Amino acid sequence: MAGPKAFAAAILLSLLTAAAPAKAQTPLTEGIQIGLSTDNVSITAGFSGADLTIFGSLENPDPLVARQGRYDVIVVLEGPPKPVVVRRKDRVLGVWVNLDSETFENVPVSYSVATTRPLQDITEPNSYKQLSLGASNLYMQPADAGDGPATIEEFTAALRERKGAAGLYSENVGGVQFLSQNLFRATVRLAPNVPVGTHKARAFLFKSGLFIKESSAQLEIRKSGFEQSIFRVAHDYSFLYGVFAISLAMLTGWLGRLIFRKD
Amino acid sequence: MGIYLPIAEISVNVFVLLAMGAAVGFLSGMFGVGGGFLITPLLIFYNIPPAIAVATGANQVIASSVSGVLSHMKRGTLDFKLGGVLLAGGIIGSTAGIYVFALLRRLGQLDLFISLLYVVLLGTVGGLMLVESINALRATRSGAAPVLKKSGQHNWIHRLPLKMRFRASKLFVSVIPVLGLGAGIGFLSSIMGVGGGFIMVPALIYLLKVPTNVVIGTSLFQIIFTSAYTTLVHATTNQTVDVVLAFLLMAGGVAGAQYGAKAGQRLRGEQLRALLALLVLAVAIRLAIDLFVTPPNLYSLSSAGLN
Repeated sequence: MAGPKAFAAAILLSLLTAAAPAKAQTPLTEGIQIGLSTDNVSITAGFSGADLTIFGSLENPDPLVARQGRYDVIVVLEGPPKPVVVRRKDRVLGVWVNLDSETFENVPVSYSVATTRPLQDITEPNSYKQLSLGASNLYMQPADAGDGPATIEEFTAALRERKGAAGLYSENVGGVQFLSQNLFRATVRLAPNVPVGTHKARAFLFKSGLFIKESSAQLEIRKSGFEQSIFRVAHDYSFLYGVFAISLAMLTGWLGRLIFRKD
Repeated sequence: MGIYLPIAEISVNVFVLLAMGAAVGFLSGMFGVGGGFLITPLLIFYNIPPAIAVATGANQVIASSVSGVLSHMKRGTLDFKLGGVLLAGGIIGSTAGIYVFALLRRLGQLDLFISLLYVVLLGTVGGLMLVESINALRATRSGAAPVLKKSGQHNWIHRLPLKMRFRASKLFVSVIPVLGLGAGIGFLSSIMGVGGGFIMVPALIYLLKVPTNVVIGTSLFQIIFTSAYTTLVHATTNQTVDVVLAFLLMAGGVAGAQYGAKAGQRLRGEQLRALLALLVLAVAIRLAIDLFVTPPNLYSLSSAGLN
């Protein structure tokens, strides 16, 4: 097997036609676009994490604002939502046991953010909350609303902390760079254990701290290669897979005896 | 050299796994045990999720047991009838074990339960074996002839009804304890990923009074089928059998086992048992420490929709 290969972040993005042809009429509102040239990415077994580059463009930027650097872009790559159980260990008779737990619905499996500047410099905490933007502002829906707010808050914080520690929730400050007045490039991190499924890339445009527009695109992340085939067979044909595992073990035992016998 | 395990979904070092398999195989050949009770904890120490370590351990045990049974078949030290009855019990116990396994996994208590079972069982078996072998070593040193129980001696087990004759073992005993023993081992096999030889062998010798020479072959024979059944059920209900992981362990294991068997012939029985007892106790202590030491993270995540 080859060692962990550097994964070519092979998402080439169609550069959108830079800025729509200037229409001479009244001030046009700014817009933002991102586009993916491919709608699926295959990662191989040796995948050890990579950077994914997404290109995008501003539409009708005000040249003055752009020159002063008052446009900010936040790009998020959000993994498929899944229910998650967060468990807390407590001591019972000296032994650490999973005691309390909280289930959350629709938690994005991964959440990578790239920004032009530190989040707190772009806009107010409140607008992040309204947009549900940033790992710390994501709303986690508890399955059992009957639990106290303090408990829910504690488990929500633990959920974010664990996701962050696993590299699944990440933030790349300075990961969005303007290449020209219109064109920007965002670099989001794919964790080594990036989940497969439909990911959603979203770009948010801010002008002088005000949210202007959002645009999104979808991306399918798939695993490919020999190991992935095994995974699929194990799930889709689990009985045959079990029979195969047993036969392989018996054959290995028999061959091992033939080859290495010492008596 | 790194390799990605498709089911465990982590990258591991091939040579570490081969060496792990070879080391455990060597010990299992030396002591005549399947080695599952060492493989599963070792995999857990190596950060393989316990659910996968258990199911894959069961798969790996098949290979080493097949290898062992072949040599016992050649020597004729195998009681097929006794093995068959043990196996019937084993299937019942294993089925029950799989349900408990899936239930505990849903409740988030699987890892704890596996560790607790290991600590209690390995601690007890290791402790008893150590005491017994030290006594035997002392007895031989002081020159006294070791007191062996005669196979004709009876205990309460021999008063149970539904008796059956096992010719190869020169045994006439009720099927109830045989089925019960098989069921108990099957249950442990599915929850702990062990063949159960380390319990089966002493139980057959001390409880059922099966002659020592047919014990290991018979135990290995029934372990093949119990583990095969466990592997199949884990593969279908939990999808936790990792063939790549299992194959690496087996490849190292079958090679190590044959060398271990040769090395084992040079050591005396009591010394061998004392060494095995120390090894079993060491694994138990290591697992026990993990239960009591404050974990680095009190919180853990798991997906909710696990079947």
